[in-house]
Amino acid sequence: MKRFVGFVRKEFYHIFRDRRSLFILFGMPIAQILLFGFAITNEINNVDIAILDQANDVTSKEIINKIASSKHFSIVDIIQQESSIESIFKKGKVKAVLQFENNFGSNLIKEKQATVQILTDATDPNMANTINNYITSILKNYQQELNNTVSVDYQIVPQSRMVYNAELKSVYMFVPGVMTVILMLVSAMMTSISITREKEQGTMEILLVSPLKPFQVIVGKVFPYIFLSVINAVVIVLLSIFIFNVPVKGSLFLLGFESILFIITSLALGILISTISATQQTAMMISLMGLMLPTILLSGFIFPISSMPMPLQVISNIIPAKWFIIIVKGIMLKGVGIGFILKETLILFAMTLVFMGISVKKYKIRLE
Amino acid sequence: MMKAQNVIEVENLSKLFGDFAAVNQICFHVKAGEIFGFLGANGAGKTTAMKMLIGISSPSSGKATVAGFDVYKQTESIKKNIGYMSQKFALYDDLTVKENITFFGGIYGLSKKKIDQKRCELVEELGLQEVTNSLVASLPLGWKQKLAFSVSLLHEPKIVFLDEPTGGVDPITRRQFWELIYKAAHNGTTIFVTTHYMDEAEYCDRVSIMVNGKIEALDTPKKLKEQYKTDTMNDVFLKLARG
Amino acid sequence: MGILVKNISKSYGKLTALSNISLDVKSGELYGLIGPDGAGKTTLFRILTTLMIADKGQATVAGFDVLNDYKSIRKSVGYMPGRFSLYQDLTVEENLNFFATIFGTTIAENYDLIKDIYVQIEPFKNRRAGKLSGGMKQKLALSCALIHKPKVLFLDEPTTGVDPVSRKEFWEMLKRLQQKGITILVSTPYMDEAALCDRIALIQGGKILEIDTPKAIVGHFPKPLYNISASNMYSLITSLSHYEHTYSVFPFGEFVHYTDKREAMNVEEIKSYLVQQGLTNIHIERTQPTIEDTFMELAK
Repeated sequence: MKRFVGFVRKEFYHIFRDRRSLFILFGMPIAQILLFGFAITNEINNVDIAILDQANDVTSKEIINKIASSKHFSIVDIIQQESSIESIFKKGKVKAVLQFENNFGSNLIKEKQATVQILTDATDPNMANTINNYITSILKNYQQELNNTVSVDYQIVPQSRMVYNAELKSVYMFVPGVMTVILMLVSAMMTSISITREKEQGTMEILLVSPLKPFQVIVGKVFPYIFLSVINAVVIVLLSIFIFNVPVKGSLFLLGFESILFIITSLALGILISTISATQQTAMMISLMGLMLPTILLSGFIFPISSMPMPLQVISNIIPAKWFIIIVKGIMLKGVGIGFILKETLILFAMTLVFMGISVKKYKIRLE
Repeated sequence: MMKAQNVIEVENLSKLFGDFAAVNQICFHVKAGEIFGFLGANGAGKTTAMKMLIGISSPSSGKATVAGFDVYKQTESIKKNIGYMSQKFALYDDLTVKENITFFGGIYGLSKKKIDQKRCELVEELGLQEVTNSLVASLPLGWKQKLAFSVSLLHEPKIVFLDEPTGGVDPITRRQFWELIYKAAHNGTTIFVTTHYMDEAEYCDRVSIMVNGKIEALDTPKKLKEQYKTDTMNDVFLKLARG
Repeated sequence: MGILVKNISKSYGKLTALSNISLDVKSGELYGLIGPDGAGKTTLFRILTTLMIADKGQATVAGFDVLNDYKSIRKSVGYMPGRFSLYQDLTVEENLNFFATIFGTTIAENYDLIKDIYVQIEPFKNRRAGKLSGGMKQKLALSCALIHKPKVLFLDEPTTGVDPVSRKEFWEMLKRLQQKGITILVSTPYMDEAALCDRIALIQGGKILEIDTPKAIVGHFPKPLYNISASNMYSLITSLSHYEHTYSVFPFGEFVHYTDKREAMNVEEIKSYLVQQGLTNIHIERTQPTIEDTFMELAK
């Protein structure tokens, strides 16, 4: 028994004297709870929607006001024609469009009922459902108020249409998201250990005392993994198409190009981690905890970014996965061309350059 | 005159990895209180043989007893009755001197009173009064090695196995270390030591030299030098290992 | 094409690794840096190969400054660090090829330089480096350090942990290399290897104890040295430790190396003292000090 106690006491010493194990024990759980607590929410807040008011009468304006004052929605665009609807969805600017038919008000009074079209972007089916329900309930509330003041039973009939994913298949949301996360993780993890491995094995010393330049080392380490990751990406897309029946409405060539870009971005991020980690263990930990968790939570993969508190929304902008998911969903589910995802593409491109640049700068040319 | 007992007896001991015989039917014995040098080139089979003797590796064939216990069936008893120190690991760097002594004392099953007594003796003998509460990591290499050796003796074992204990240590500390070894041997502890310093081979009562899994020489340093007509153990080794 | 070190100091936090070190290695010299672990050898090597920056002092290697001209140094030296640092999962030949290529040369171009060494491992050229024995790893590392015909060769403890046979072979290789005009700076904790160098610097605790040729260093030993042997080594050491005239007593193989506090030692007096202590078979004779004796004396 005494031996056991002596041994346990030693283990306590080791734990408390190792900063890394303390971080895992206390630091990580706290960080995770905060992250999960704020990011995970089934509510929707500040969802961007657009209005197509073909009626332009008192009733339609009253309903629009109600929607504008709801914390759940944020009206970002008023469109004039039906033909604008498709492009606004493709651009990804809004998650729903509310369309009031001509003569909405007069129809309501004369025929005692009028319809409102609710068009929702269903590439994220859960959110689409929620949006639809919230809008419908606002309409129902208005209807109720109206009927309370008058002694007639007016009916406002919402007509819902799910755009891009009529059957609300959740796999449409998951597959692009999973593809993003897998590509990012595998690419980043592979490169994150590559420089640290040289440091740990001692071969880094010899590489330094040679004519090799830092950028040669860094680019050289990224290069082979590009090919390997592309194979990964191809396999994932094939599986999505043939097993999960996820459509690819847009150009496969564009999808391929964007995937390669994202792969390079992830590899560059991995190299960056490699230059700042002293050991392979640290590199792996940073990749898993520092990349995986934020990527899954904050990229919009599962939980809508717009529903999160502002600080998290800002942080989500530096996560490459966020931009790639928009790109992938756009190409696969909405069939967009490069014009609609130009901004996201340029952002990924810029991120890649920044990561590579920082890696070259942080690449230690000496052993301190 | 009382015949000295054999504390280690090895008969045709072998260890095979596939058909490669790392240790090939070695025979020797070690007397109580002897300083026995177990030498050989890297890859000659020294470490493999030693692992079998300290009970952490099972032989493929042959017989051996350590402190009277069988190396096949009584490894736990062997471990309780021997001390072990290797160059690669001996003490916990992130524990203090005091904590290391207390820990290993506890592992060996010593009573608290005994641990305290031993600790005082140890600290006194090695002059570690200033550093008892310092982490072992902060000690110079030579101090670490001397402390590790003393810790391996805490439970007063009959035999102590030392695996290259003085690697890299400065010449003065090396000799101080050997003075500790001499003292332990004088008090009846048997010392089984491997080393790459051939002058240390001269400190031993008897020496064996392993070449390719077999023992090619086994005698006192003096007799070996006579046999191979050389002045130093270094030259004996060179003649033997060169084949 | 030598090495110049002037007043170099380096500390890691509170620990002083090097304290005001100065030395010079002449072009084509085989120069030994002799000292135990923790003496500062690896730190000095890292500063000279431009892997670390000294806190104080200057140094040049092959005429290039270690601080400002580090790129030139990195192109023209060969470096074999303390522990094996080649690619374990590449074969012997692949490793050699890699290092030749990044230095802008080929194996064929400088083959004559490494031939003596490489022929010993050539039969294993398709074996993964990780699966080589210690002695073979050394030879491969040396070949890779030489393949681009460096002007200066830095070998940090190349024989540590290796058995005496491989050590002897390695030094024979170094002597042959020296004849090809390469400046070689070797560090080692083994005092017997020091005798094989042109000049040596004894280093301990970050300070230089002495610099000279091996022969001259031994001449620095201040007192007459005696070999004493007796029936029981332990009793001999303890007896002499308690003897009033003892200046130093250290075991050295089958003898004890003894120096006396007095100018002239009285052999008979010591003999009778030892007999009194119960020792028999006593031999006392004058002997030549070795580098190790000198080191220990200077390190006191």
